Amino acid sequence: MATVLETKSVNKTYELGTSIIRAVQDVSVSVQAGEFVALVGPSGSGKTTLLAMLAGLLKPSGGNILIDGTELGKMSDAERTRFRRERIGFTFQANNLVPFLTARENVELMLRLNGRLNREGKERAQELLVRLGLSDRLRNLPRQLSGGQQQRVAIARALIHNPSVVLADEPTASLDTERAFQVVETFASLIHEQKRAGIMVTHDLRMCQHADRMIQMMDGLVVRVIKDKSEIHEIARTSKIEGPTIQEIQTSLSGRKSASMSQRSTMPA
Amino acid sequence: MPIYLALKELWRNKGRFFLVSLVIGLITTLVIFVGALAEGLGAGNREYLQKLNGELIVYNKNADLLIGFSRLGRDKLSEIQRVPGVEDVGPISFSSVSILLGGDKRLNISLVGVEPGRPGAPPALTGQELKSRSSREAVIERSMALRTGLKVGDKFTIKSTQGTKDQFYTLQVIGISDGRQYSLQPAAFVPLLTWDEIKPSPIVEDNKGELTSNVIAVHLDNPNDLKPVKQRIEEQVAEVVAVDRVTAYQNTPGYSAQQSTLNTQGTFVLIIGTLVIGGFFQIQTLQKVPQTGMLKAIGTSNATIALAAIVQIVVVTLLGVVIGGVAVLALKLSFPPTIPIVFTGNAALAGIVSIMLIGPIGGIVSIRYALRVEPLKALGL
Repeated sequence: MATVLETKSVNKTYELGTSIIRAVQDVSVSVQAGEFVALVGPSGSGKTTLLAMLAGLLKPSGGNILIDGTELGKMSDAERTRFRRERIGFTFQANNLVPFLTARENVELMLRLNGRLNREGKERAQELLVRLGLSDRLRNLPRQLSGGQQQRVAIARALIHNPSVVLADEPTASLDTERAFQVVETFASLIHEQKRAGIMVTHDLRMCQHADRMIQMMDGLVVRVIKDKSEIHEIARTSKIEGPTIQEIQTSLSGRKSASMSQRSTMPA
Repeated sequence: MPIYLALKELWRNKGRFFLVSLVIGLITTLVIFVGALAEGLGAGNREYLQKLNGELIVYNKNADLLIGFSRLGRDKLSEIQRVPGVEDVGPISFSSVSILLGGDKRLNISLVGVEPGRPGAPPALTGQELKSRSSREAVIERSMALRTGLKVGDKFTIKSTQGTKDQFYTLQVIGISDGRQYSLQPAAFVPLLTWDEIKPSPIVEDNKGELTSNVIAVHLDNPNDLKPVKQRIEEQVAEVVAVDRVTAYQNTPGYSAQQSTLNTQGTFVLIIGTLVIGGFFQIQTLQKVPQTGMLKAIGTSNATIALAAIVQIVVVTLLGVVIGGVAVLALKLSFPPTIPIVFTGNAALAGIVSIMLIGPIGGIVSIRYALRVEPLKALGL
């Protein structure tokens, strides 16, 4: 598989008075087309800062970020804005959608921004929303959609313009566990299917169930990279997060009665 | 793209935006209304002097350009007539009298004495102009005809207080001129000798026996020679000062003060309008910070965001101006012609252009703010 995204010794430092805060230190990773990477770590570990740099929203203090071989750091602000519009898909934790556009219009927005909205584009937007289970919500405004439905619309918008990289910042943070799991499952399957490079920032290890690789950060450093699927599944299964376990979610989603919520998993360090 | 975003937001929040348009409509109405009031009151003061068929108006030098204080004798008339560049001269005298309208109703009018056929005499749109130098005939102007219902051939009675007694004079309307009010009163024009006979007078008259006028209207051979002829008149005729028509009506008592008051009101309404529009769009921008941040994060350019804001401001303002225009039209149709409110095309256009300008000016701050929104901060990343 071709490398779509590559970082080389990326750093981000902030000066706070006399002290220097190293938010991201010497991060070198690469993501292939069709690969879904989970970027995990506790609050303040630097994962969101890294994501912001990958999106071209933040300039690194050092190192290089290449997407499709293009160096982000050498671009002007206007060039980076255009690059984001054309090559990057983005979903956020909240405030994902334009409130005065319908679900369908929100998805079509990326095509409009790129001057590529035509009949075929409109059909693709509709197909994508139908695929995401929103066939009866096409004309609904965001306020008429649930949190999970809004996230699915945001996923459709992030993918509609065939970006090279799709970035998701805590896409499940405001969702209940079942909806969160469904959203991540859909997101991962679309990343695989459409051969995009997908990176999801999350603090909920259970949501890494469908990741191909897990990058764990701590204090701005990449401390662990897990490629073994079975190991990722095991971490997701035994995640020490308040809420139902993966098994409970899967049981619930398959229509069976939810197991007792009091049963909590025990987690690896 | 900016138009799409702007119009979609307007349409999906039409109630909120319509309310702002309504406020702008009211401001537009107020601006045009104040302008119309200034025009109406101004016209009531200056109409006669503005339309005078003479380029210069000559005053007694000691009168400080106050028509009521100026007195010029017949000798000045012939002296001015002899100044090179002067084609014709006409003495004009003013006084205020009441006319009886039947029952106890009275109407105060300006009684203007003029020499028939000379500068200062009004044209007649219907009927005929003044011809006789001493007849009991009058040409009345449009607003007097409207307010009294007098027509050509009708007679009306003037009450004039002379000494301690009220005297009554009956005049016949021989013609009706266009609007030529003076001193905010409808006007009737009579021959100077008739005016001299029926004008209100105090117990003792200073120039008893001599026919005087307040001012003399001067028609020039060449209207472009205003400055040199004015200079020659002031040099060759003693104790006089000559001014153009604009200077003359600007020195009408109260005219400048009245106009500046109304203009100040108009300016304040525009400032208030700017603040209202600016305030609304500023609040709107503050409410939309996360949305703006998200749009920027997904690659919307600053130009698109700024243009969308401008389109919204223009559309909202335009709708407000249309609402205001309709309101003004309704007001215009409901006002009787006797009320001193004149909606002229130019004044209305000036009001509309001003409002159209204050929209974007008011919105500048909000656009500037929107452009400064940092996606990272707005989205809490």
